[in-house]
Amino acid sequence: MKKLMIAGAALMVLGAMAVAGGAITIKGSDTLVRLGQRWAEVYMEKNPGAIIQVSGGGSGTGIAALLNSATDVCQSSRDMKEKENKLAAEKGLKAYRVSVALDGIAVFLHEKNPVTELSFAQLKGIYTGAITNWKEVGGPDARIIVYGRENNSGTYAFFKEHVLDEEDFSDFTQTLPGTAAVVNAVSKDPNGIGYGGIAWATGVKYAAVRKGDNDPAIEPTMEAVSNGTYPISRDLYWFFAAKPEGELKKLVNWALSEEGQKVAADMDYVPLPKDKAAANVVK
Amino acid sequence: MRELKFKPKSRWREFLGEKFIAVNALVALFSILLIFVFIFKEAVPVFTDAEVQEEASLHKMTFKQEYYEGRDPKWSWQPNSEVPKYSLFPLLLGTLKAAIIAMLVAIPLGVGAAIYSSEFAGHRTREIIKPAIEMLAAIPSVVLGFFALMILASFLQSTFGFVFRLNAINAGIALGLAVVPIIFTVAEDAMTSVPRSLRDAAVALGANPWQVSITMVLPAAMPGIAAGIVLGFGRAIGETMIVLMASGNAAIISGSFVESIRTFSATIAAELAEVVFGDTHYTVLFFIGSLLFVFTFVVNLAGDMVLVRLKERLQGRSR
Repeated sequence: MKKLMIAGAALMVLGAMAVAGGAITIKGSDTLVRLGQRWAEVYMEKNPGAIIQVSGGGSGTGIAALLNSATDVCQSSRDMKEKENKLAAEKGLKAYRVSVALDGIAVFLHEKNPVTELSFAQLKGIYTGAITNWKEVGGPDARIIVYGRENNSGTYAFFKEHVLDEEDFSDFTQTLPGTAAVVNAVSKDPNGIGYGGIAWATGVKYAAVRKGDNDPAIEPTMEAVSNGTYPISRDLYWFFAAKPEGELKKLVNWALSEEGQKVAADMDYVPLPKDKAAANVVK
Repeated sequence: MRELKFKPKSRWREFLGEKFIAVNALVALFSILLIFVFIFKEAVPVFTDAEVQEEASLHKMTFKQEYYEGRDPKWSWQPNSEVPKYSLFPLLLGTLKAAIIAMLVAIPLGVGAAIYSSEFAGHRTREIIKPAIEMLAAIPSVVLGFFALMILASFLQSTFGFVFRLNAINAGIALGLAVVPIIFTVAEDAMTSVPRSLRDAAVALGANPWQVSITMVLPAAMPGIAAGIVLGFGRAIGETMIVLMASGNAAIISGSFVESIRTFSATIAAELAEVVFGDTHYTVLFFIGSLLFVFTFVVNLAGDMVLVRLKERLQGRSR
């Protein structure tokens, strides 16, 4: 009996060591979770013995986990906030950031909407409530029905920061859980407008977006996001608690390699331009 | 004749059985108590923490605030703003609007169906209707919400020409569908359990079936029907997934039922997943949770009191 218990305890200790020592955990952004999982699959196939666990929960959740040392890699669709940086410094962490892929945020319109392009100023007006009628932006005389994301989403935060200059969304913005719901709503609402990741649109059309009033209006295509001409694009990050070493370094450098970036492109994410990917490699 | 003497062994069994049942009853009580303590504990900083109160004191959550100098004071729910705004009034308004529409839909449907099923339907019809309506309760609310988001909203918009596709009426109707089975089941049970003797007496006095059910059975079953309505109202206030998907979630101050609403429960569901632990936003969400808890508690208590009064009156013991 005693022997059995000792053996059991030893097994448990061994098991715990295997989990704690070998496994890499990746956690965070729901935008990135599919890519993280695919990367993990391909990487584990090539490196037998490596164990990677990937989970979502949102960028905020991932960063919180990183700060609590509950994950090795945090995936995030936004940069760390000042508050989070402060917290990291308090805990003695030197957060290390690597941009691993790109993402564009498209503006969706109903297919019958005659409006084809919008400027940043117009988008800001529409989403802060200063512009409420389509005729003010060259469309029919109808109220603009504004759809957006819930305030816990990285997409919401990014749109607010880059298009709204941190002003508040109009109180009339209808927020929906998930980009798919936004696309659905706009596809059924002739006066609707929404935003979300560029891989999502079915049943709606994209508005071409211009940054300044004299800039050309750009369609949200993979190429335009990748070469930086599409104005509402963002970096998708991996954060580490310190400069990655050993297995972590190997993993991130593989994700940045031509092979890793091809996996991203296959999953409908926008790969980094080659020179940028090379510059991000951890030395 | 058999002897009615218990052996000590069976007395032991009885004792254990009784205790086991008692523990079962207490588990529910303790869970409720623990849940309330936990939720309330997380909400306490609203009353005690100066840092939280700076943005979200009771006063600031209730009354209009001048958030930017020179602009009109207003109620606003914008917790992720540079100037976080935590007015609960728009959310309360949205919650009540959805619940009112839901009850307007569910009370006539639920009570009407109950009267039909218990009084007028033949045996076979009843055997089909009752489980069919109770099946409504088995539909996951996310499915009802999706139905409202995709189909009901389009139907209502094209029929009535609503400007906002997702609005209080759309969410309220879907919510009503979720409440109907609750009201129906309780009301139906109350009506079928009205004693046979009362019906027979009414028939003997020359009442026709319609008179029996409306003037006799309905009042006699009123406490049960009222209990069903109260339970249904509790569900309408607390239901989350349907309103999250079908209401548009825009925190607007307006008396109109054809504009979007944002409810308490949907706000918690949408925002709690990513707030920072112990943050003002986190605390306020738990404060909303406590409010919902207290609200349902008071509604149930009030319903219970009405029930007792009605029972006394119907049994001729009114003071």
